[in-house]
Amino acid sequence: MINLRDKGAEIWEGWNKPTRTAFAAIVIFLAFLIPFAGTFPLTSFFNTPLVSFQAILVYPVGMYILMALGLNIVVGKSGLLDLGYVAFFAIGAYTAAIFGTKTSLNIWEILPLGMGFAMLAGVLLGLPTLRLRGDYLAIVTMGFGEIVRIAVLNTPADGGPNGIPGVPNPPALFGQSFDLLNQSHFFWLVLVMILAVVWMVRRLSVRRPGRAWEAIRQDEDVALLMGVPILRYKIWSFSIGAAVGGAAGVIFASQQMFVAPQTFTFNVSVLILSCVVFGGMGNIWGVILGATILAYIPERIRQIANARQLLFGLALIIMMNLRPEGLLPRKKREHLSAQERADLKATRAALKASKKSNSGKASK
Amino acid sequence: MNFSVVGTQFFPLLINGLALGFIYVLISVGYTMVYGVLRLINFANSEIFMLGTFATVIVTRNVFHFTIDTPTSHGGKLILILLCCLLASMAVSAIAAVFVEIIAYRRLRAKGANRLGSLISAIGTSIVLSEAVRLMTHSLPVSDPRVLAKFNLFTIHGVGLRIDQLLVIVFGAACFVAVDRFVTKTRVGKAIRAVSMSEENSKLMGINLNRVISITFLVGGLVTGAAAFMYETVYETTVFDVGFNMGIAAFTAAVLGGIGNLRGAFYGGIALGLAEEFFSAILGTQWKAITVFTVLVLVLLVRPNGLFGEAVQQSRV
Repeated sequence: MINLRDKGAEIWEGWNKPTRTAFAAIVIFLAFLIPFAGTFPLTSFFNTPLVSFQAILVYPVGMYILMALGLNIVVGKSGLLDLGYVAFFAIGAYTAAIFGTKTSLNIWEILPLGMGFAMLAGVLLGLPTLRLRGDYLAIVTMGFGEIVRIAVLNTPADGGPNGIPGVPNPPALFGQSFDLLNQSHFFWLVLVMILAVVWMVRRLSVRRPGRAWEAIRQDEDVALLMGVPILRYKIWSFSIGAAVGGAAGVIFASQQMFVAPQTFTFNVSVLILSCVVFGGMGNIWGVILGATILAYIPERIRQIANARQLLFGLALIIMMNLRPEGLLPRKKREHLSAQERADLKATRAALKASKKSNSGKASK
Repeated sequence: MNFSVVGTQFFPLLINGLALGFIYVLISVGYTMVYGVLRLINFANSEIFMLGTFATVIVTRNVFHFTIDTPTSHGGKLILILLCCLLASMAVSAIAAVFVEIIAYRRLRAKGANRLGSLISAIGTSIVLSEAVRLMTHSLPVSDPRVLAKFNLFTIHGVGLRIDQLLVIVFGAACFVAVDRFVTKTRVGKAIRAVSMSEENSKLMGINLNRVISITFLVGGLVTGAAAFMYETVYETTVFDVGFNMGIAAFTAAVLGGIGNLRGAFYGGIALGLAEEFFSAILGTQWKAITVFTVLVLVLLVRPNGLFGEAVQQSRV
């Protein structure tokens, strides 16, 4: 199977700095134009029937990308299977709802608060559980997700099963108001957050925490022997992932203007995990692509409302069977110079040739 | 908080907890066996359970033409009906389990995919199965007509032991012993244990890996089907997502006992069943799920490999 990711990285590394900047600028510019794609004649195919295209871009598409990027830090970068990621999303959303309705703080002020609470929850959950091995961690995080949801459901102070209505929209920024009629502004907001997270993840992955995560993912015992403080970096990965989830939650609550426990089920955690694995674990571009596809497709085929989840399941099975590593798998060889890459290519070609001649002999 | 309930309601809670516990035991056997050989959480196991409950309902409703108004049966006919339901449920679950293995795991395994890839394809299979049933039942719960009259066999201290609960406890124990014997005593069981210890080495010893894995799923499916039948006998209703909560609880039970360890699944299931009944009596049923997970987290903090650990190679699946 062709590794599109490596191909892309090769082209990218061949460019000089101005070309890279120009390319990134063009991509970002095009991303900002996406809300108009629904009505633009050439791309109107992407318009979603029955629902507003611009609203879909915010939730689920934008939110899923944001959450998938956050979960990717935990699952993809450091290899910790988290099945309760929705809990951080819920904590962010409820922070926005409670502080937004009970205090005079506005959403911009609540945003860091929501991230802080989610981070705190990440640390509190991580401290005892991150000592556990992979599958135990999975079940404990899944339990945590359910605990948060059920606790919210059973607490009358936060509205219980009725949720909290009337979460305020964020106040206007640069003269742009955020409300029901201006969904594209929300999308741009989410896009900026996505770009910030992408930038953060890219910076982190080439620095100490990123290398520590990579070492932990590949082999925990070896990493420990090499002097990586495993628990500390695991908690960092957990809480940074949680903060991203919390930020997504705050924006989600203020965009929907309503939060209720039934939004934050285990299924959401599974769906976000699917986005990460489907797109290609550990690779931010793959994760973004995966989340876009998995969030967008069910909305696009909403006219066959009843069977869409069924088709979603089928798509997961077929995709994973065809490309088990995801759409855009993570880069296999990090930090190879051009010379090393050429050497590798030559060796591989020689190996292939010798294999061919060997099998030829064998058949004779 | 209502602690007095433990004193006054001790025996009913104990019996309910045991009955629920044995259902958990059998479902968690499905999880733990698959985990033993593949090192994978079989997410589709909850849907295998769900299909089993529907098989039971369909046999009672459509084969024996029971409706809600039909009087309960007794004698030879009762045994015949229960046996047919049990066999149908086991057969459907076992076929579904083997099918899931072929669809969701085999190809990915052959390609040497990472574990999370298989996890996602299992989640996909799980979504497909539950959604297909949801579409067919229009998201409505289906009730299972009562076949077995639920009388008290005898009473101790004014507390009755219902016949269906006794059936579940006795039959659950029998099923578990059968699986345990199968895994520890037979040749195929030995092969399963060998694969769970080392896939590579068991291949070198001439074990047909695909066959052993299929058999593991088959046995797991049969036991899960038996659990589905027992669930229907006690609770008499099913819905397309019935497997979800039962699956999570059973998986928790498997982890509690030490996943991959067959006897651990037994103790974990019983412990979880009892804990659920007692905690929901003390705290109120809405907190049931939380107490279960809290117990799990606390247990894992003290014993990170589960109560009985997975290092017990002898009793390992």
